[in-house]
Amino acid sequence: MLSIKNLRASIDGKEILKGVNLEVRAGEVHAIMGPNGTGKSTLASVIVGRDIFEVEEGEILFKGKNLIGMPVDERANEGIFLGFQYPVEIPGVSMTNFMRTAINEQRKYRGLDPMPAQEFLNSMEEKKRLLEIHAKLANRSVNEGFSGGEKKKNEIFQMAMLNPELAILDETDSGLDIDALKIVAHGVNTLRRPDNAFIVITHYQRLLEYIVPDFVHVLFDGRIVRSGGKELAFELEDKGYEWIKEAQV
Amino acid sequence: MDETNIQYNTTEKLQAFFKENMAVLTSDDPPHLAQLRKQAYAHFIEHGFPHTRLEKWRNTDLSQILDHDFNFPLKPTVLDVDIDDVFRCEVPDFNTRLIPQMNGWFMGTGEEMANGVIISSMAEAIKKYPELIEKHFGYYADIKDENLTALNTAFFRDGVFIYVPDNIRVEQPMQMVDLVNSGTTIFIQVRNLIVLGKNSSLSLVQCDDSIDNNIGFNNTVTEVYMDENSTLDHYKLQNKNNESALTNSTYFHLEKGANLSTSAISLNGGLIRNETQVRLNGSLSHADVLGLYLMDHEQHIDNQVFIDHAAPHCTSNELFKGILDDHASGVFNGHILVRPDAQQTNAYQNNKNILISDKAVIDTKPFLEIYADDVKCSHGATVGQLDEDARFYLQSRGIGHDNAQMLLMYAFAADIVDKIAIPQLRNRIDDLVKKRLRGELSSCEQCVLHCNSKEQKVAFEIDMSRI
Repeated sequence: MLSIKNLRASIDGKEILKGVNLEVRAGEVHAIMGPNGTGKSTLASVIVGRDIFEVEEGEILFKGKNLIGMPVDERANEGIFLGFQYPVEIPGVSMTNFMRTAINEQRKYRGLDPMPAQEFLNSMEEKKRLLEIHAKLANRSVNEGFSGGEKKKNEIFQMAMLNPELAILDETDSGLDIDALKIVAHGVNTLRRPDNAFIVITHYQRLLEYIVPDFVHVLFDGRIVRSGGKELAFELEDKGYEWIKEAQV
Repeated sequence: MDETNIQYNTTEKLQAFFKENMAVLTSDDPPHLAQLRKQAYAHFIEHGFPHTRLEKWRNTDLSQILDHDFNFPLKPTVLDVDIDDVFRCEVPDFNTRLIPQMNGWFMGTGEEMANGVIISSMAEAIKKYPELIEKHFGYYADIKDENLTALNTAFFRDGVFIYVPDNIRVEQPMQMVDLVNSGTTIFIQVRNLIVLGKNSSLSLVQCDDSIDNNIGFNNTVTEVYMDENSTLDHYKLQNKNNESALTNSTYFHLEKGANLSTSAISLNGGLIRNETQVRLNGSLSHADVLGLYLMDHEQHIDNQVFIDHAAPHCTSNELFKGILDDHASGVFNGHILVRPDAQQTNAYQNNKNILISDKAVIDTKPFLEIYADDVKCSHGATVGQLDEDARFYLQSRGIGHDNAQMLLMYAFAADIVDKIAIPQLRNRIDDLVKKRLRGELSSCEQCVLHCNSKEQKVAFEIDMSRI
């Protein structure tokens, strides 16, 4: 589904990703772990097409299509979703309006008619229940006045509404208490299917107790330096990242 | 300050015109009005048209619009259009008392309702209601305050007069629609007077539209008197062609406990200047002064707001928001005066702007003048671009670049639109704002409240309806 080969990317002339290779197939959950500042969020941003990063070398193929140079919205319409580490507040745009617009643009891209209002409302209610969101979203602006936990739940809510093929969750666990973490993990697990895939970026092993990955990768200094099964996460938890750093020297 | 009288051709033409037609202009004037007209004329001739060397006019230049060969109509224009058709209002479920004006002239029929409410042409009111006219006309719009007000006072022929007696709450909103359609290049002076009695209330929508593409200059002065505990919900909707200039000066006078809300919504127009003055003359009076402007091409918008806190325990709240694109330019001057007696004043002012292109310009200037010590005043002004992070966020969900931009602009404007108290009008303006932002609104075909052409359902690529 996603194939990244020798990806090098920089910001303001500073190289952050120094040759990343990653293969993600349908039905898989990949965890990307690593110390702060090693390029985890940059990798997520480059995959979704944030234009502040410059891709210097390498390729990113999604379902065989080259993503480099493709506009952000087109990548989303192809089925890529990013759960933001820091979701943006947008005063004046209601959640309902936002979701309806996004869904209908994605449907249009796929040659479908707009979603009927009733179907849309039913879907909203269903996904709100899944994420245990009690607020009336029709009157609330996107993320405005949401607590840290609500914002993260809202990311997963949007993911559930948009039903992407590849979801990248960038430190969705940060700032969540254990109850919210369980809700978010439950949401993700409910949405796992043989035909979709997840990349879960996290600093801590805690989230991976709830969202069990098929593969764990350690990103260090712009490269994936270790890959393994879920047991790698436990090893990291025991030994800390120092162990990786030392191994690199 | 430099007060050099710049002599435009128009000034000379006006002078000749006044001399030639003095008899006609003043024929129906009662003595005090004749006197006022004479003073206004003298003041205007002495000071001339405002020019950019005056502080209040530094960024609004009338010289280009004044450099035309104007006609000054003395009589209502005879039109070969069906008035009912032109003014037909297609705002769904918006049942208003329509007050049509063509080139400033009152076109409908005057009315004296059973409850004492009067709707009349200004020319007729001068003859029929001399006490009301003598008591109010010219008392709030000071001819020395602004030369355009002097010009209007000297040359006006007609306009609208509305009177609501004490204790009458007018349920049906009134809607003044002033269309400019002349076939020639005209300069018109429209004069309106609205008088609200004690404990009365009124909703009033004041629309300025063009239905042709001729060059025109509309200099309107509206005086509004609000007696104790009266309430006015007032909207100015402006949708003019790009060749037109509209200077719209509104003077509100509030007595004790009066409550005013006024919004200036400028959708289109070559040059628009709204001078809004509010005198909080009685204690416990309150004014909300709001504005929204959406300008592009070479359009120019100027909002001048003066809030005069002349009595204690009054509150005022100003919020103006604007989006400027292409080479459009804008001005906001917010002057708050708190007089020595006006203790316990609470005055708030804010002007927020988004510049879409790097050629668009806004000059925003707050001016607080405070002579009382127990007051709360605050002001703020922002000029910015659309939030790139917000746009990225929207796009990352599949919303295209242009639609994401639209959604953000619309969200910015919604702050003002949401405050419109009449739901049908709010929906209509909401719709107009969307069309405007999409570039689908034309001043002639789809003006605010008349619809020459049958309205076509515009299919939005994105449905921004609130469900």
